[in-house]
Amino acid sequence: MQTFDLEAQGLRALNSTLHALKGQTNETAWEIINPKGSHAIAVGLDAPVDVTVRGSTGYYCAGMNKQATVRVKGSAGPGVAENMMSGTVIIDGDASQYAGATGRGGLLVIKGNASSRCGISMKGIDIVVHGNIGHMSAFMAQSGSMVVLGDAGEALGDSLYEAKLFVRGSVKSLGADCIEKEMRPEHLELLADLLKRGEADGKAKPEEFKRYGSARKLYTFNIDNASSY
Amino acid sequence: MSDFPHTPPRQSWTFSNDVNAEIRRAAATGIYDIRGGGSKRRLPHFDDLLFLGASISRYPLEGYREKCATDVWLGTRFAKKPIHLDIPVTIAGMSFGALSGPAKEALGRGATAAGTSTTTGDGGMTEEERGHSQTLVYQYLPSRYGMNPDDLRRADAIEVVVGQGAKPGGGGMLLGQKISDRVAKMRNLPQGIDQRSACRHPDWTGPDDLEIKILELREITDWEKPIYIKIGGARPYYDTALAVKAGADVVVLDGMQGGTAATQDVFIENVGMPILACIPQAVKALQDLGMHRKVQLIVSGGIRTGADVAKAMELGADAVAIGSAALIALGDNDPAYEAEYNKLGTTAGAYDDWHEGKDPAGITTQDPELFKRFDPVLGGRRLKNYLKVMTLEAQTIARACGKNHLHNLEPEDLCALTIEAAAMSGVPLAGTNWVPGKTGF
Repeated sequence: MQTFDLEAQGLRALNSTLHALKGQTNETAWEIINPKGSHAIAVGLDAPVDVTVRGSTGYYCAGMNKQATVRVKGSAGPGVAENMMSGTVIIDGDASQYAGATGRGGLLVIKGNASSRCGISMKGIDIVVHGNIGHMSAFMAQSGSMVVLGDAGEALGDSLYEAKLFVRGSVKSLGADCIEKEMRPEHLELLADLLKRGEADGKAKPEEFKRYGSARKLYTFNIDNASSY
Repeated sequence: MSDFPHTPPRQSWTFSNDVNAEIRRAAATGIYDIRGGGSKRRLPHFDDLLFLGASISRYPLEGYREKCATDVWLGTRFAKKPIHLDIPVTIAGMSFGALSGPAKEALGRGATAAGTSTTTGDGGMTEEERGHSQTLVYQYLPSRYGMNPDDLRRADAIEVVVGQGAKPGGGGMLLGQKISDRVAKMRNLPQGIDQRSACRHPDWTGPDDLEIKILELREITDWEKPIYIKIGGARPYYDTALAVKAGADVVVLDGMQGGTAATQDVFIENVGMPILACIPQAVKALQDLGMHRKVQLIVSGGIRTGADVAKAMELGADAVAIGSAALIALGDNDPAYEAEYNKLGTTAGAYDDWHEGKDPAGITTQDPELFKRFDPVLGGRRLKNYLKVMTLEAQTIARACGKNHLHNLEPEDLCALTIEAAAMSGVPLAGTNWVPGKTGF
């Protein structure tokens, strides 16, 4: 395993070193020490490497990740794994606002709680949160799945498109055009897979969740729905 | 019948025929009017400024013989690879989705032949424009449709869009008629639905967050790409200052004449400021921070001629961007299609229902039958010609003002025709030394 001391070597050196791994296969395990809440740690990676951050991170850790597995042995600041394309990001602690925002692929696992706007505008990413999520989560979520083992805050899934939302606990309120939907066998199957990949299969069973999705009433403008806009 | 004269019928200025027609339309349909383009109202503009030309106190340069350079560097503050353009007229961001693929290709062809850049829009980067644009600016928008790190890396610059002149504070809209299968796939949306773009970025709010967002974008692209911040003309002094603080290499400032693919008419006509009022405020912010010419300023919104280019640069801009004018150069609203415009209930020059996707010129549409009418090679040639003419016009004026580079144009070469223009531009009213609010009156 390669060790990178972020405090000593600096952010620019870290990201340029990790970017240089594209196309290489012989330095696949990295550990970053002394992150001390720095922003933009391990952003724009594009190689099947395994990066472990020993501590908490600031904004946008693992932003736009492709292929890499990034593990944060602490909590993550706002926008963790934003616009992720593929790969896996696992946060041992909590995640701040906008976790997984606009993500287009890959898997984001948050073992603690996620704050507001988790999965905002998600476009294909899968998100598994072991704890609770804050208000306005999955706002305008387009596609992908979000699994929440705990509770969801206000206005879940407001104005969402085709993303699938699964919540085990309570939902404080649903956002505009978001409704509870029937859990069919294919959803239970999807959920079982997500729980397994999200390292939560021992913690919850698919049958304990409810499914939420779009009522599709706001897909084309209608003046009689104006109060929902 | 009395022999006394009758009072002739008198229309109300407040309740004009246009206003009444809109009230009837709203009452009948229950939806606000959505249209493309920019503000159509009469606004204080570059037309209200005149050049003074050389005289005894300064001498002109010989037209055609003495050099008047036009090139511009953009992104010299932080980017490892700043952009060098031959001319200071760039092509503004317009989305694939709003425009057809062939129209984007034509913009790339024309801009490249003229030595300038094009810009993507709210729909991601297409092969048509990347393939045909030597210099391509990639917009980073609130919707993040199509956003991906590969396109970030193959762009020549990144433009973080905070606002747009046609709708500062508003989001985008692409109605179902234009969400074709290809457009839907690029945006990860179901086909045929009305698509509403967010007005605010999903993962940052405020200038402190923006600074960190820019750090992330620079790290992802290894600090190579110039980073522009585009703002709508609402509070240009503070927005420019905050963009500089957040780390912009370039500020793009769009006045309310700037077009949009589709927005509420009430928004287009009532929100924001004309570009004439915006430029001096932005320049002052840059000067107050000691960053004028270090952070470059691109202005847009109603730029039509080389005279407009020269006037914008005299007020302190480093370059301009054109959108609506570029579409007209390609063939938008061409009277050759008058019969078809009539069928759509409009006339050439007034057609603005771009969101309906029925553009007879085949430019603002996703209908393959319509965009077959548009030849991207010919369109590119027309755009190149137009850009060259604008540049020649600006050079002609600059030489007459004794300048050997367009960047040497200065406000001292201008006078204002109206008190409003003088107050907004900071240029004295013609025949006086009066700038309202500034000098001793």
